[in-house]
Amino acid sequence: MTGKRIRTRGDEGELSRASIAANFGDLHAPLSEAQAVVEAARCLYCYDAPCVRACPTAIDIPTFIHQIRTGNVDGSARTILSANIMGGTCARVCPTEVLCEEACVVNHTEDAPVKIGLLQRHSVDSLLAKGGPHPFRRAPDSGFRLAVIGAGPAGLSFAHRASMLGHHVTVFERDEKPGGLNEYGLAAYKMVDDFAQAEISFLLGLGGIEIRAGKALGEGLELADLLRDYDAVFIGVGLARPAPLDIPGRALPGVRDALDFIRDIRCAPDKASVKVGRSVVVIGGGNTAIDAAVQAQCLGAEQVTLVYRRGRTEMSATGWEQELAASSGVAFRLWSAPVAFKGEGALAAAEFAATRLVEGTLTLCEQRAQIPCDMALIAIGQTLGETLAAASGLAVKGGRIAVDANYRTSLPGVYAGGDCIGSGEDLTVQAVEDGKRAAIGLDRELRARGKGGRR
Amino acid sequence: MSDLECVVAGIRSINPFWLASAPPTDKKYTVTRAFKAGWGGAVWKTLGADPPIVNVTSRYGVHRSADRKIVGINNIELISDRPLGLNLKEIEEVRREWPDRIIIGSIMAPIDEQAWKELAIKLANAGVHGIELNLGCPHGMCERGMGSAVGQVPDLVRQTTRWVKEAVSLPVFTKLTPNVSDITIPAEAAKLGGADAISLINTVNSITSVDLDRMAPTPTVDGMGTHGGYCGDAVKPIALHMVAEILRAEETRGLEVSAIGGIGTWRDAAEFIALGASGVQVCTAAMLYGFRIVEDMIDGLGAFMRDKGYRSIEDFKGLARAKVVAWNDLNMNYDLKAVIDEKACIECGRCYIACEDTSHQAIRIDVKPDGGRRFTVVDADCIGCNLCQHVCPVSDCIEMKPVANGLAPLTWPHHPKNPMKAAE
Repeated sequence: MTGKRIRTRGDEGELSRASIAANFGDLHAPLSEAQAVVEAARCLYCYDAPCVRACPTAIDIPTFIHQIRTGNVDGSARTILSANIMGGTCARVCPTEVLCEEACVVNHTEDAPVKIGLLQRHSVDSLLAKGGPHPFRRAPDSGFRLAVIGAGPAGLSFAHRASMLGHHVTVFERDEKPGGLNEYGLAAYKMVDDFAQAEISFLLGLGGIEIRAGKALGEGLELADLLRDYDAVFIGVGLARPAPLDIPGRALPGVRDALDFIRDIRCAPDKASVKVGRSVVVIGGGNTAIDAAVQAQCLGAEQVTLVYRRGRTEMSATGWEQELAASSGVAFRLWSAPVAFKGEGALAAAEFAATRLVEGTLTLCEQRAQIPCDMALIAIGQTLGETLAAASGLAVKGGRIAVDANYRTSLPGVYAGGDCIGSGEDLTVQAVEDGKRAAIGLDRELRARGKGGRR
Repeated sequence: MSDLECVVAGIRSINPFWLASAPPTDKKYTVTRAFKAGWGGAVWKTLGADPPIVNVTSRYGVHRSADRKIVGINNIELISDRPLGLNLKEIEEVRREWPDRIIIGSIMAPIDEQAWKELAIKLANAGVHGIELNLGCPHGMCERGMGSAVGQVPDLVRQTTRWVKEAVSLPVFTKLTPNVSDITIPAEAAKLGGADAISLINTVNSITSVDLDRMAPTPTVDGMGTHGGYCGDAVKPIALHMVAEILRAEETRGLEVSAIGGIGTWRDAAEFIALGASGVQVCTAAMLYGFRIVEDMIDGLGAFMRDKGYRSIEDFKGLARAKVVAWNDLNMNYDLKAVIDEKACIECGRCYIACEDTSHQAIRIDVKPDGGRRFTVVDADCIGCNLCQHVCPVSDCIEMKPVANGLAPLTWPHHPKNPMKAAE
């Protein structure tokens, strides 16, 4: 387990404000310049490197690390950002232990891979801190005007690449601030110092991108209108609706969606002001469940229990995330599925059924157990929501917007990417890649058909 | 326990590890610390006639590897800046307090018979075991006609050596500069002058780096820099070559060598001794890590000798010397092929790109069913150059296997393709 240790009630009883603030500080200390150079020297500078193949955005990792080694840190940031314009966020939140760092060949010669994530952060942060002109240039104006729905990683990545290719892009965002999950949905200790907004203002430094906040699809913003006013539309709306958990007591005060809890923390200038229960139950096995559980500990909950219906190996949270939770004092209760929330007017306990696999199918057993709690956070995933696709006439596959290999939806001129299409793991880095590739594909299509041509 | 005792130019030393004439041997305090740590001897920092010289600041520059380890130092410090009398008094004291340790007196003077002889006699009277002539220092002193300015002129090498041999009855070590085109020429001159041994290499002329902010070489003295003497790990290959040349040349036969240049471990020392050096001198490694490094040098050399069954330094001294030959004496029928151990391979691709861009495009990549890659040497194209093995980060992954071609040894002078082939 690397990174800092979170202070919990177990350490000091009631957490002081200072401890809470420290808990929400940077999970990993950034590398100093000297540390970065030494770490970079561990890289073998592989040819056709496995780490590159493991990166959804195919960042040329050996090259950017070589550039750190030679002292060309700006160049190294350009190498990263040319493949992944949100390389700063990805360096912070990517599960590198199952991507580039798992593929790192140094795992075979030493007991730890090259710290690719931390090196990437070093480069990008250094470039952003320097300020200066945006490192990329826009192609001559194509005359095409594109609309993007959703200013999350997919939408912004699309917007940046499309603008580089010469198109004018307008991004419509439901929330007050752009960023999507980068701004509202990731643990605060991974995105300190308002990094999501810093990265977005850097990204917008390219020019040619306009953001219109407070505009949600179906709430005054209609796909048909966008198709009329723009040459093409990219949908990057993510999965906005919590997956339903229809069990008794779901409406009791104290039962919340985990993403709402995380959002409250991200929006609070003073983290200590966010209400947390004394005894918190988190339901789910993904990284969002971990982010919620660990942050409940950060806020000073007495007892945090993460409940998952299957075993540890089936959790979609990576081993590293699970270990972070465990070392932060989060208790795991596995093979347990929620059946009811109990309480008179307010949550008092969560009731679980033991589960087991019967011929490969998860089955609830008779056995029941209750965990007393005054807060339950539900993190069993999100869905597209039924209204969006239906109202727009978009074909849906497996609960996500159906797209072809070029990110085209069933509607001509409408592209989609990110979590709403399910192109792979629901990861920031995958959303960035989707946006980038969709922009490149759409650019080819627009140039082939010409201005005013048929979609 | 193997016996590390050795004899250098007739001087018996408890071990072959001496400190070279340099900043660490500047005074009684440091030499005493060195002897406590276990060094067998010390060549006192070079002494000249009073008044003492004056130094500048800063004095050292370094050359680093990618992981920030220092691979070489360059210095622009001159000879001892302390009064001669004080040095002589301290030498006498150390000789008295450490009777089983060797002190060699290093001296430097202008081209003046009297000056060399007076200095040598003063050192001899202080009780040193031998005299080393500093004809190698490549910075500062050479601008005054001393150091390497002498070492680069064979006649002057012979003459200064002769003067000192005439003045004292002690073993004389002539310390040579590597900043020459053929080291055997000044070495032969030293032999003609009567030298008992050659100490080499002194430091290599160098500029370690250029500060791109100040646009000045380093080390920088008030905005300016000058060339300095380069030493440390990086110069060891140059030193090995020069030691071997002197020890195998007909003209310098009989000279002993006190080897200097990038020696920091027992293994370095063993390599020089294997080439025929009688003992070694160390400076840079002690400057970087302190005198304690000698503990492992003693321990490690002893362990190596036990492993190999050598009971004394003499048992393996010079064993590699006869294997250093001219290119023309190499067997051209000897052939090697690289073999990559797929199980040990970590798939970094370094062998592939090295062969592809430099050598003979003899490594093939195949995609394995699991998405990984298999690297295979194409024997028909492999010329056995070793580059793939060198760049491979895994030890024992790439093996160079001799080809049993059944051909008798053949050298270039007898090769059928040699247009100048000797008549047979």
